[in-house]
Amino acid sequence: MFPGKPIQKALSHLEVSIEANRCLYCYDAPCTRACPTHIDIPAFIAKIADGNIKGSARTILEANPMGASCARVCPVEELCEGACVYNTESDTPIRIGDLQRYSTDHVREHGIAIFAAGPETGKRVAVIGGGPAGLSVARDLRRCGHGVTIFEAHERLGGLNTYGIVPFRLSSEVALWEAQQVLDLGCEVRSGVRVGDDVAAESLVKDFDAVVLACGMGGVPRLGIPGEEHVWDSIEFIERAKTTGTAPGLGNRVAVIGAGNTAIDALTCAKRLGAACVTMYYRRGEAQMTAYEFEYDFAKEEGIEFRFFCAPTRVVVEGANVTGLELVRTSLVAGTDKLESIAGSEFIEPCDTIISAIGQSRLITAIEALGIAHDGGVVRVDDDMRTSRAGVFAAGDAIFEKGAREAMVVEAAEQGKIAARSIDGYLHGSTSSP
Amino acid sequence: MADLRSNLAGIRSPNPFWLASAPPTNSGYQVQRAFADGWGGAVWKTLGTPIVNVTSRFAGFNYREHRMVGMNNIELITDRPLDENLKEIAECKKAFPDRAIIASLMEVCEQKPWHDLVKRVQEVDIDGFELNFGCPHGMSERGMGAAVGQHPDLIERVTTYVKEAARVPVIVKLTPNVTDVRFPARGAARGGADAISLINTINSVMGVDLDSWNPIPHVDGKSSHGGYCGPAVKPIALNMVSDCARDPEVNIPISGIGGVETWRDAVEFLLLGATNVQVCTAVMHSGFRIVREMIDGLNDYLDAKGLKSISDLVGKSRNTITTWENLNLNYKIIARVDQKRCIHCNKCYIACEDAAHQCIDRVPRADGTYDLVVDESHCVGCNLCMMVCPVDCIDMLQVDTGLPSESWKERNAVATS
Repeated sequence: MFPGKPIQKALSHLEVSIEANRCLYCYDAPCTRACPTHIDIPAFIAKIADGNIKGSARTILEANPMGASCARVCPVEELCEGACVYNTESDTPIRIGDLQRYSTDHVREHGIAIFAAGPETGKRVAVIGGGPAGLSVARDLRRCGHGVTIFEAHERLGGLNTYGIVPFRLSSEVALWEAQQVLDLGCEVRSGVRVGDDVAAESLVKDFDAVVLACGMGGVPRLGIPGEEHVWDSIEFIERAKTTGTAPGLGNRVAVIGAGNTAIDALTCAKRLGAACVTMYYRRGEAQMTAYEFEYDFAKEEGIEFRFFCAPTRVVVEGANVTGLELVRTSLVAGTDKLESIAGSEFIEPCDTIISAIGQSRLITAIEALGIAHDGGVVRVDDDMRTSRAGVFAAGDAIFEKGAREAMVVEAAEQGKIAARSIDGYLHGSTSSP
Repeated sequence: MADLRSNLAGIRSPNPFWLASAPPTNSGYQVQRAFADGWGGAVWKTLGTPIVNVTSRFAGFNYREHRMVGMNNIELITDRPLDENLKEIAECKKAFPDRAIIASLMEVCEQKPWHDLVKRVQEVDIDGFELNFGCPHGMSERGMGAAVGQHPDLIERVTTYVKEAARVPVIVKLTPNVTDVRFPARGAARGGADAISLINTINSVMGVDLDSWNPIPHVDGKSSHGGYCGPAVKPIALNMVSDCARDPEVNIPISGIGGVETWRDAVEFLLLGATNVQVCTAVMHSGFRIVREMIDGLNDYLDAKGLKSISDLVGKSRNTITTWENLNLNYKIIARVDQKRCIHCNKCYIACEDAAHQCIDRVPRADGTYDLVVDESHCVGCNLCMMVCPVDCIDMLQVDTGLPSESWKERNAVATS
């Protein structure tokens, strides 16, 4: 078991009742408009209030196949709850995420199946990647009656939900239940299979009626500094920590490089695993951090320390052990967002472990093996998730592009839904989206 | 400090808040506790031939998070011997001589049993009688309670019996389970009643359990209709009190009952013509102590209004209730949304669009949201938008139509002359 308490506590029945009845049941509700999957939030809350919890869960999951994990991982302050009309001086927004958790927990804990596969069409679709996007595509394709084979590199399904989101925010139990709901509709799964290595991409295009690339992103890219080989990859670190509940060799002093949400996850994970002194290093300032504000606040509550305007230059190694991280101070070039290093300002921060969380690399091999157009590893798609190649679609982090799309579970779920609709149209010989 | 003393047909109490004849006035222990908290009077749980009760007996009607918006009961009159009740009444009166104790009575519709009961009860020091012609369940099946209250002639006859023997004022308690409450009220007046009290509880079935399909409340899987009371019935009670208060053939004082929970409710009953009020459900929900808030609130209200006593309130709004034909057709109000206070829930929009007159427009703003704007030329001033607004940001404003007041009656009189 991973040490420490979950961030989010389930609401009591009384809290649920009060909160559900407090919802105004707005018309053309701003919360629904703010949800990337457009869950009819007033409707699902009204169903809680009138005692139809299964119906509530259906409303949620119909719109968002990842509704249970999104209840826990969505940045609700930025989405539904941030749009709630109760964001006034005298009121607080409805706890939509917590209510969504209540309804989805109900069907999970009571083993209530909500969806069924459609009548078989005889068409077969290969889904590359069993994360949020791939599972969403798979579920809706099965509901349309199309055969689905999921190719998953990991042993288990769920993608980042299972392996990448810190356990105190989302337990793998919830992620795996969500995946199981999709499998229960009758999907074939080929796990431990990496497309491009274990199976040829071209054979998928040949053997299936359509292919969806929902492979997500890869590990953390190189820092390009001496001693790099001693730096841990944050994605791998979190995965190992979540899977085993431990991190052998972590040590007492941990340095994390980067200031996004994954950096926060690595920082808080390290702290909860027992590191006494966990510090974030970021070459820009607090204002430029890409982590959500609530994540930053959470890290502060967890006792994380922060150092801004310093960039790593070298890993200090003594024998086989890391003893420190050398950094150089940086500053913004006046009037621009460009950074410059301040010559001679190098300093060494003593530490036992360095974890890099400066982003994720692109799985270009798989993309190129499918022969689809991309921009620096970002798969190019149209609004219906069609790639440059007929019959090949893409969704999720594979199409995530900074400034254009958000790398959120809820976005992946929505793209999966759109892709499934688009593929259904394609398989029925129609090119227009329904 | 205003004068809260009340005098209902000669029955005096230090304030107008009485406990209605009901479970809270079942025993001397309870009534003494109530008096210690400040209740001005108590109508004792109905005396008569002791009955046998069933379990369960009560059910609450909850609306969303609000418990007991309404309540119903299938409890009957006292299940304790008359002697025991009378002994406790005497003890209460001795301990609290300034409070009003009214004995509620129920008997079969014959002269002698009523004479016997009245004489026996008034051997102890009581301030008045209340004849229970209202209880809608159980006793009505035996020809008592509401079975009497639904027949103006029977009311008149039994009231006459009681008046023949009573040495103290007689109040007749009316059932609302009639088509027009003025007829039983007139029966009471004809029989010589000194006052009427209304409303008793309304026939009701509280609900059905969705799992067991049993009625709520149920007695071993069955139920009978019960008496409905509590905040939800107040509008019905106000209407009936108003009807009686305005009827020249009734013309006797009224004790108002039905959903009184706070001093505000009491003020409304008084304004429409009640001399005092009786309370039950609110006490069943929260205990006797609520009377302290009622007394404080009423006192502060009178002070704020510059009124010396509660008699300055009684009946002051009586004549504001009239028949529809007398309403001014040329009076016009319209809704206006205060954009600063609006939180854009769109509840007014959809209510007007689907259920009223389609006169709220959603005017797009630069930030992608909408202003809700009333089309004032089409607004009929129905109040619906104002009613559904959760933040009270819709005001109803009077518009000068430039026309003199004219009612339907007046318009028709002109047309036919």
